[in-house]
Amino acid sequence: MKPTDTYHPDYFHKVVDCQWACPAHTDVPGYIRLIAQERYTDAYMLNRESNVFPGILGRVCDRPCEPACRRGRVDEQKPVAICRLKRVTYDYKDDISARLPNIPEEKNGKRIACVGAGCASLTVANDLMPLGYQVTIFEKLDVTGGLIRSNIPRFRLPPEVLDEEFDNILDMGVDLRLNTPVTSMQALLDEGYDAVFVGSGAPRGKDLRCAGRDEAGATGRVHVGIDWLGSVAFGHTESIGKRVLIIGAGNTAMDCCRTSLRLGARDVKVVARKPRDQLKASPWELEDALEEDVDLITCHSPKAFVVEDGALKGMTFEVLEYFEEDGRQKRRVLDEVFMPADDVVLAIGQENAFPWIERDIGIEFDEHDVPVVSRTTYQSTLPGVFFGGDAAFGPENIIWAVRHGHEAAISIHKHVHGENVADRLPNAVDVHTSKMGLHEWGYSNQYDPHERRAVPHVDVQQRFKGIDIEVELGFREDDWRVEVERCLNCDIQTIFFAEKCIECDACMDICPTQCLTIIPIDDEEPEESVRQRLRVPAQNPDQAVFVSAKLPQTRRHMVKDEDQCIHCGLCAERCPTAAWDMKHAQIFVPTVEDEEAAAQQRQESA
Amino acid sequence: MSYIRKPVAHHSNLPVNALGLTERDYEGGMSTLCAGCGHDSITAALIQACWGLDIEPHKVAKMSGIGCSSKTPAYFLREAHGINAVHGRMPSIATGANAANRNLYYIGVSGDGDSLSIGFGQFAHAIRRNVNMLYLIENNGVYGLTKGQFSASADVGSRSKGGDINEQPPIDPVLTAISLGCTFVARGFSGDKEQLVPLIKAGLQHRGFAMIDVISPCVAFNNHEGSTKSYAHTRQFYHPAIHTDFIEPRAEIRAEYERGKTMPIELHDGSTIVLRKVDVDHDPTNRAAAIGYLERHREAEEIVTGLLYVEEEGRDLHAINRTATDSLVEARVHGNQQAVLEEVQTQYR
Ligand SMILES: Cc1cc2nc3c(=O)[nH]c(=O)nc-3n(C[C@H](O)[C@H](O)[C@H](O)COP(=O)(O)OP(=O)(O)OC[C@H]3O[C@@H](n4cnc5c(N)ncnc54)[C@H](O)[C@@H]3O)c2cc1C
Ligand SMILES: Cc1ncc(C[n+]2csc(CCOP(=O)(O)OP(=O)(O)O)c2C)c(N)n1
Ligand code: SF4
Ligand code: SF4
Ligand code: SF4
Ligand code: SF4
Ligand SMILES: [Mg+2]
Repeated sequence: MKPTDTYHPDYFHKVVDCQWACPAHTDVPGYIRLIAQERYTDAYMLNRESNVFPGILGRVCDRPCEPACRRGRVDEQKPVAICRLKRVTYDYKDDISARLPNIPEEKNGKRIACVGAGCASLTVANDLMPLGYQVTIFEKLDVTGGLIRSNIPRFRLPPEVLDEEFDNILDMGVDLRLNTPVTSMQALLDEGYDAVFVGSGAPRGKDLRCAGRDEAGATGRVHVGIDWLGSVAFGHTESIGKRVLIIGAGNTAMDCCRTSLRLGARDVKVVARKPRDQLKASPWELEDALEEDVDLITCHSPKAFVVEDGALKGMTFEVLEYFEEDGRQKRRVLDEVFMPADDVVLAIGQENAFPWIERDIGIEFDEHDVPVVSRTTYQSTLPGVFFGGDAAFGPENIIWAVRHGHEAAISIHKHVHGENVADRLPNAVDVHTSKMGLHEWGYSNQYDPHERRAVPHVDVQQRFKGIDIEVELGFREDDWRVEVERCLNCDIQTIFFAEKCIECDACMDICPTQCLTIIPIDDEEPEESVRQRLRVPAQNPDQAVFVSAKLPQTRRHMVKDEDQCIHCGLCAERCPTAAWDMKHAQIFVPTVEDEEAAAQQRQESA
Repeated sequence: MSYIRKPVAHHSNLPVNALGLTERDYEGGMSTLCAGCGHDSITAALIQACWGLDIEPHKVAKMSGIGCSSKTPAYFLREAHGINAVHGRMPSIATGANAANRNLYYIGVSGDGDSLSIGFGQFAHAIRRNVNMLYLIENNGVYGLTKGQFSASADVGSRSKGGDINEQPPIDPVLTAISLGCTFVARGFSGDKEQLVPLIKAGLQHRGFAMIDVISPCVAFNNHEGSTKSYAHTRQFYHPAIHTDFIEPRAEIRAEYERGKTMPIELHDGSTIVLRKVDVDHDPTNRAAAIGYLERHREAEEIVTGLLYVEEEGRDLHAINRTATDSLVEARVHGNQQAVLEEVQTQYR
């Protein structure tokens, strides 16, 4: 194993687990510190830079950051409530209008067409408008928001939040054309836009083909989840039967069951084919549904719809048992049961559909009829046509749609300026010390042992009084003040200067999580073997192991397992020679503005 | 010293010993010594050794005198008993404690000043009485706590931080202890826990006085160029004479030890120490040979380390004095408490 190159822009980035896991690389510890300093507006704006919709995401983000959060690894799987703290920035911020980007009066002459007014297209507009682009968004419906408005129920996300954050972008002067479905890509291309961004989502809910489907369909009591949620959101559906079966157990199913309860259902069952530990729903969404007394039935596979005299009676299911054989999961049928129902809602997935894109204009589709899109440039096989959000690779979530939007904006900018879209600025890190005194740091390094705070919910009786009563109330001050201190400041990195080390062991001895070891290492020794020889073997392959240069006195190496470091700074406090320092590593993820600045610099130096 | 307390958070895969405790459970208060002090590293070695031996923390008595070194019992085994004695007087207090209750592990932590200057007489007599205890001298060649005056272990020619050269010959605790009849004599280095931890384990399990002289650099007053007790100097002249592996009772002795070069010695509790010689001309069970060996290396200015002399058959304080094994507590259980107390007290009238 050779000494680690910590100058690689990904090395320290990976240590900031939340920021690494966040598709938009939100500077989580940065905004948490700003909240702690009561700089809420700054915290909101820092969020906005990367994730654009902090108010929306602070409520409904899929939050891949939380399972990744370091705190969860040292504190009984209880990560920092990152998402809830994001909402705090929204709830406490002042008026931000003065801090939104200036939109140049004089345009740059480039016209961009976006298909769909969901979060993906809005992100593209957000990034391009400040550079003088003219962005036109075509939306088939008479409202913006895409699935965020039509499918995420109001008891999870009030429409005012959505309007506020979307208007911040639309008010930049976006040319929004509602009620304007794009019905032909060819026709759109013919209009002469400099680039086209497809952010039309994955609008088709999957159907369940099984016995009795057509008869059941004819009763009008079988609903495709995403369509049904849409018709509830737009006021076309206001009630549902008393007994409802929800088929599927992903997040859409969670919204369907909770919506049913608010439309008058009394007995709601969510029926899943898989066992409990393999359900797709996020744990917190499942928890919220169970809190509302929804029945969760696992290991039941739909077999047939039962219709009598033209009326839906219910469904039959096969009861499954899962077991392992030859290392693979197998299942067998144990029994068959009937469950009565007045309505059935299908929530078994979504797919893309592009009936409006001609197949002979250079946009290639793969064998699943999904467009071929680059994972780095988001460009299709037709130069100048870009995809993002659910339209690109199938249904994901809001924060991925935002990331796609940012990347596509960079590509569009490069494309219209005749640059190679694949030739992009790399990420960068800026490292500076956080030492302020002998034992004083620019962050609060004391480990706060408090438990994760729970967000208060509206009382279970109260919340069913209307369809749009937001269930989560947001953190109260007492709680967020604790929660911010639970963050370990993973972006304050331990930086090692091998030449200063006198091998006194002080850092190793003080480290509360036994991350440090000094051992001799041969250049040829594989990493796996080094990992096993540490004071506590480094078992987490996702986390890096740092190896220093040779130490001056014994030629051994300082090794650090990044996995459990809690960034307490004690190694640096106890080091007599300042061989360890705690430094803030700020991660720079280039934006389209950075690309523009770099291009100008290239021009000037040429 | 640090301002924050050591966080309660610990590694999620921290191994536990037979008592279900982690190493963290053997810690004490936050050290107030200078950052980088060798003494802190010895504290960590003690923690590792006690954890590794599955010692119940409340079965330990920590004894010390005065000095930075003598402060360290506050930093390990927070649940153990302990006395911080007057400067140099720890050996007599440890002797008394051990006489009264033989069922504890006694860990004495002292300094070169505490043991070789003011407490030299006490040190010698505790050895002579063969008190069953582990006795560590955290040896830095200076009086650290009083800001770095030369101690009695400073080498001739060693330069102080202020520039003075020491001209008085040092007292070598190892040679002193062997010549006083100490039954377990070792030298270690705070910067080599691989060697030190097994030595501490063996010393704890040895019946009788186990003395370990641990070179422990004072980063504040004796770690500069010209010092013979600095990290750099110790490493340069470091000479491990013998490797000590500590093997717990009933654990199998691995076969890979080379015959002839290794010497298993069984301790009274059934555990074994396996000595692996680096220098074949050293015999750690022969007192005269050990002294000769040490003298030869002293002339070569080498810092010889390892378990340098051991005699497992020695009789400890209680064996020599044939003390009663029944304690008053046991006597009470057996119902003749009053009679036993009378008897004991008349001895002292
Ligand atoms: C029930 C449900 C709950 C969800 N909950 C969450 C959640 O809690 N958190 C989360 O992060 N994600 C959630 N998601 C996923 C999330 O909503 C989507 O990933 C996200 O909205 C995708 O954004 P988008 O901009 O790519 O597409 P969309 O939001 O789907 O927007 C596409 C827009 O394009 C329009 N459009 C489509 N075709 C055309 C056309 N031909 N011409 C013009 N306009 C067109 C549509 O009308 C729509 O307005 C949920 C999804 C569902 C179904
Ligand atoms: C009776 C008495 N005399 C002198 C002192 C002053 N004094 C305190 S510590 C110390 C020397 C300690 O040296 P050492 O044992 O080597 O410990 P170190 O600080 O070096 O670890 C002295 C002389 C004292 N506390 N009490
Ligand atoms: S502890 Fe804080 S900085 Fe570290 S991963 Fe969690 S939220 Fe991010
Ligand atoms: S900051 Fe240093 S002492 Fe603290 S956990 Fe990380 S490596 Fe250990
Ligand atoms: S505390 Fe400093 S000098 Fe001591 S081993 Fe650690 S890095 Fe090296
Ligand atoms: S003065 Fe020397 S012996 Fe005392 S704590 Fe500081 S470094 Fe250690
Ligand atoms: Mg001393």
